[in-house]
Amino acid sequence: MAAPVIETKDVHLYYGSHEALKGITLDFNPNEITALIGPSGCGKSTYLRTLNRMNDLIPDVTITGNVLYQNKDIYSPSADKVELRKKIGMVFQQPNPFPFSIYENVAYGLKISGMKDKAKIDEIVETSLKKAAIWDEVKDKLHKNALALSGGQQQRVCIARVLAIEPQVILLDEPTSALDPISSAKIEMTLQELKKDYTLIIVTHNMQQASRISDRTAFFLDGRLIEADETRKIFTAPQQQETEDYISGRFG
Amino acid sequence: MEQIKDTQPTRSTKRNQERFGKTISLIATLLIVLVVLSILFFVLSRGLRTFTQHDVSVLDFFAGTEWRPGETDDAGNALVGALPMIVGSFVVTLLSALLATPVSIGAAVFMTEVSPKAGKKILQPAIELLVGIPSVVYGFIGLTVVVPFVRQLVGGTGFGMLAGTLVLFVMILPTTTSMAVDALNAVPRHYREASFAMGGTRWQTIYRVVLRAAMPGLLTAIVFGMARAFGEALAVQMVIGNAPVLPDSFTTPASTLTSILTMNMGNTVFGTLENDVLWSLASILLVMSLVFNIVTRWIGKKGAIKG
Repeated sequence: MAAPVIETKDVHLYYGSHEALKGITLDFNPNEITALIGPSGCGKSTYLRTLNRMNDLIPDVTITGNVLYQNKDIYSPSADKVELRKKIGMVFQQPNPFPFSIYENVAYGLKISGMKDKAKIDEIVETSLKKAAIWDEVKDKLHKNALALSGGQQQRVCIARVLAIEPQVILLDEPTSALDPISSAKIEMTLQELKKDYTLIIVTHNMQQASRISDRTAFFLDGRLIEADETRKIFTAPQQQETEDYISGRFG
Repeated sequence: MEQIKDTQPTRSTKRNQERFGKTISLIATLLIVLVVLSILFFVLSRGLRTFTQHDVSVLDFFAGTEWRPGETDDAGNALVGALPMIVGSFVVTLLSALLATPVSIGAAVFMTEVSPKAGKKILQPAIELLVGIPSVVYGFIGLTVVVPFVRQLVGGTGFGMLAGTLVLFVMILPTTTSMAVDALNAVPRHYREASFAMGGTRWQTIYRVVLRAAMPGLLTAIVFGMARAFGEALAVQMVIGNAPVLPDSFTTPASTLTSILTMNMGNTVFGTLENDVLWSLASILLVMSLVFNIVTRWIGKKGAIKG
């Protein structure tokens, strides 16, 4: 088994004095989809956001413990969070394309990295949209405003936008919860394809989705990691009583 | 059925109240429309008399450079060329907006993106204070500080379009800044998050996403500032010098539509050309404020996200 891409060790996170994460130790393997499940407010989204330092944007957040990406602590004083976020991309719960054209959305990451070569940008935009399985639907309207697309299409443009900067890891924060079942299914298929080249970590409320697409599943409850294992094991033979209660729908 | 119907009052109190409220708001609305229409009618009908009653040619009015109402040239045409005031008004408006745009956008970026805390604590009250200062105070400061400053810096009397521009710049700054702040605050947080999550720096996020997404709002802010500058009378009149001639530099006395109006409106007899031609100047102001209004609406429509 390959070495983990991301390792977290005893991660605590405090909003002011409130402890939202109570010591999470969890590793993520390359080319796998890991699903983070748990009831609302259990800390799974917060945890996801510690992995690309998005919690830095919120005032009064304190994080202790270690988050290692490629064996380097991303919270060490010398770490560059701007570079980190280019390697660990993120897709949000609400599709959030910029109010620009589809093309400009996907090219955004390249432009801020200083890429000027128009032909190369064109090429990357096209391959990214293809990888996100949206190319056929938008190839004739690349210069139309991305906000004119349907929610599902917007979300796939957002995925393409992340793919364009060629990250190694993609974090997905409930990427399908705002979408209809057909759009969700398309995104799930896209994620299955992406697994070959990327490491995916997905927060989801949808138990079926977690069992369908993920290789490993981690169950969070009340700021703690209750159990993490192969998805098949979590859903058929969980070790902890809480996990079993949750996946069988007894609470949450 | 019959019985239920009998127990119902013909019209309930609630419904009466609703009717009453509707009537009051309808009357208020009609009143406002009536006031606007009568102002429009009055100003325009007076303003047009210059051309209909006094036979001044439209070209002479808009392109003439001699402003001596009451006098005529050798051919007997009235000397009511308004070009100097039109030029003066447009020049000080455009220049003050040009100065105010970068400053107010810069201040707005500081207040919303860089340091919202300091912005709310220091800049916000400062701007609110600036809005509340009466324009005569701005004019007074302009007269005692700006005019001598210009005089020392450039020479001449100090009165002129440069002094007018500087005073207007300060006067429209609060308007443009607070509207720019609103425009930036209206940019959804998730645009910023998306940019940061892709490795955008703060500056890249502000420059490439926030300012761009807020562009229609920022343009509206600038046009509003221009409308305010165009219509400001008192403060400008105190520093511009009020010479109704085409200025050959920014530091020689000039005039604007508003300054000539405030200077002369008390000194003419109703119904004479001298009076009617002032209404013509007022008509230009009115039409321009209409234009500013239409432009902001047009920007709003263009800026709205369409399919």
